[in-house]
Amino acid sequence: MSATARPQTLAGGGAIAREGMFLAEQLWPIKGQLVLALIGLAIGGIMGLMQALDRIGIVMYKAMLMQTYYQGLTIHGVLLAFLFTFSFSNAFVSLLAIRGFERPLASTFLVQGAFWTMLVGTLLAAYAILTNQATVLFTFYAPLRASSLFYLGAALLVISTLLTALNLVLTRRAWQQEHPGERTPLLGFVGVVTYVMWALATVGVVVLVVFFLLPWSLGWLKTTDPQFNRILFWYTGHPIVYFWLMPAYISWYLLVPRQVGGRVFSDSLVRLAFILLLVFSVPTGLHHQYVDPGIPTVMKVVHLFTTFSVVFPSLMTAFTVMAALEDGGRARGGRGLLGWIWKLPWGDPSVTAQLLAMLVFILGGATGIVNASYNLNNVVHNTSFVPGHFHMTVGTAVALSFIGISYWLIPYLTGRELMGRRLALAQAWLWFVGVLLFARGQIAAGLLGEPRRSSIGEAPYRDLIHAGLDNWLTAIGGTLMVISGLLYFIVVLWTVFGGRRLTQPLEIPIAEMRFGARETSPLLDRLGFWFLIAVVLVAIAYIPLILLYLPLQSVSPPIKVY
Amino acid sequence: MRIEAYERFFMILAALLLVLGIVGIAIGALVAGVHVPSPAGRVDPRTLTTTPPFDQPGLRDLGGGKYEAVVIARAWQFQPNQIEVPVGSTVTFTLATPDVIHGFVLTGTNANVMVIPGQIAQVTARFDRPGEYLWVCHEYCGFGHHQMFGKVVVR
Repeated sequence: MSATARPQTLAGGGAIAREGMFLAEQLWPIKGQLVLALIGLAIGGIMGLMQALDRIGIVMYKAMLMQTYYQGLTIHGVLLAFLFTFSFSNAFVSLLAIRGFERPLASTFLVQGAFWTMLVGTLLAAYAILTNQATVLFTFYAPLRASSLFYLGAALLVISTLLTALNLVLTRRAWQQEHPGERTPLLGFVGVVTYVMWALATVGVVVLVVFFLLPWSLGWLKTTDPQFNRILFWYTGHPIVYFWLMPAYISWYLLVPRQVGGRVFSDSLVRLAFILLLVFSVPTGLHHQYVDPGIPTVMKVVHLFTTFSVVFPSLMTAFTVMAALEDGGRARGGRGLLGWIWKLPWGDPSVTAQLLAMLVFILGGATGIVNASYNLNNVVHNTSFVPGHFHMTVGTAVALSFIGISYWLIPYLTGRELMGRRLALAQAWLWFVGVLLFARGQIAAGLLGEPRRSSIGEAPYRDLIHAGLDNWLTAIGGTLMVISGLLYFIVVLWTVFGGRRLTQPLEIPIAEMRFGARETSPLLDRLGFWFLIAVVLVAIAYIPLILLYLPLQSVSPPIKVY
Repeated sequence: MRIEAYERFFMILAALLLVLGIVGIAIGALVAGVHVPSPAGRVDPRTLTTTPPFDQPGLRDLGGGKYEAVVIARAWQFQPNQIEVPVGSTVTFTLATPDVIHGFVLTGTNANVMVIPGQIAQVTARFDRPGEYLWVCHEYCGFGHHQMFGKVVVR
């Protein structure tokens, strides 16, 4: 790399955290959301064992106190895809915003409100699911009927993220008033962009729940339109993927480089990547509906192009993050084309977990492009190829990164040293090996036509698919992931309850820039402008679709089939 | 804005990769003729079993080696759940549901479609080799979901 080194700290940020920016009344709801996230990970994750073993004919949902396989599957999806990711992001991004803007969040009421809505939403949804009134999986497609409490609970989980979004926007505004004319600090900026994108993305599911499913489940609406409801669901259902990913990207871009002793390539490239994610994440939902019968083909093609556009910032991420890692590896004495890789701090569980998460994400991204590839999707749609794919993205790129982050975050928040470091290292490698076996099995079985979200162990056609070996790989890989999860919770509980007190408080690891904010175009700091462009793109991608789709085909009463 | 040579090189490479992907998809659609399902009409699920052609589900010989299979997907069976055609046949599957969302994937072919209440789903497959082709429901439709499957027997 020929670029001359000119270290700069993040614009507006000093090397040491400023006194007084962390308020106790804002920290407890952040810690509380982290606890909720880990409870979600624990309970949702353990259900994975039932699903993995189901693939080789070991049917054990009754042993896990479930009435059906699908009740356990609903818990797995709702707790991991919604509760774990939402509450971890709320906690992590809020904390980084405080550090990035070097001031408390604008509203204590909102950060506490985000905690309470997350808690109440979780309790309502959990009650509905555990009493078998909402075995509708995390997609809750109409006309499957769920208890109103389930929809209400799910809505509260989303509202919790929206309260966080509002708080972040207000915090950025307050910072701008205190620092007129300055460029927003990058660490704060990326969090705000993540949540602004998500706020735009939630419009679909909010309309779906408030105007269709909730009144329909209460009997105020007699019928609904399942195809239109799916359009609304996937309007949110794809950008949610970026809402899961972007907090991990924040860590990969701005924190991991520090942990490996490298610098971030440039402030402007990071900003550009996040702005492209803001602009292109939302108008892409139809690539989940390529094989839906009720959607005009021309609109599917439009979404094909927007979906491919949103791949671009992820490829940029691959470059920038890799460059920062190489910078770190070389600074630590690595030589040659690849010699820097071995010099990275592989003994640090926080780093190792995230490096392995990145490696798996290469495969996760590549299989995602297969899903997005229009006619190629015919081969894989709704087969087990899809869970094979997303356990490498949200199930590893995100989940294992969050785990890696927690290896410094929990000591940071509790003031206790991370215990069982070798156990934590084993945990990361076990997850890595587990997910690769699991995904290899699911993907190969999917190509043979094995459906996703089916109790294969009970299916009469199990032997007609000839995916015996693949299903064994799925079962072994999934089991290794669950064991890895158990190791993780041993480390967490040991640290929280038995960790030695740290003599010095930890600092959040924040990387330096090769090229700082001064070289960044002011246009890249204009969030309102880019938000407007995102709204215009959403309008182009969805208004013709809705006009072509109307009138609504409101023909389905609620049906309970579980 | 400052963009380094390495950055620029990688961004151009990334853009090229994506363009190549789109070209591949276009060749698949325009040259090889692999398409995604397109709208085939609407139907009221509450009166499905009295609405033609779903009042008489089954296989129809359209002549010239072409067939139409009218299939009802309901919780938790396909009706009919087995059809027989000679080698070299082209079969268009016309599907609808009277209850919840179902799916249809025909192993060993590109036929894959969602079956959504209110919509008629249509996919076509050509059978050039004899054998049994399994189809399964690939969308969760209740606790008997995994029992939903059918077969094309090609002789």
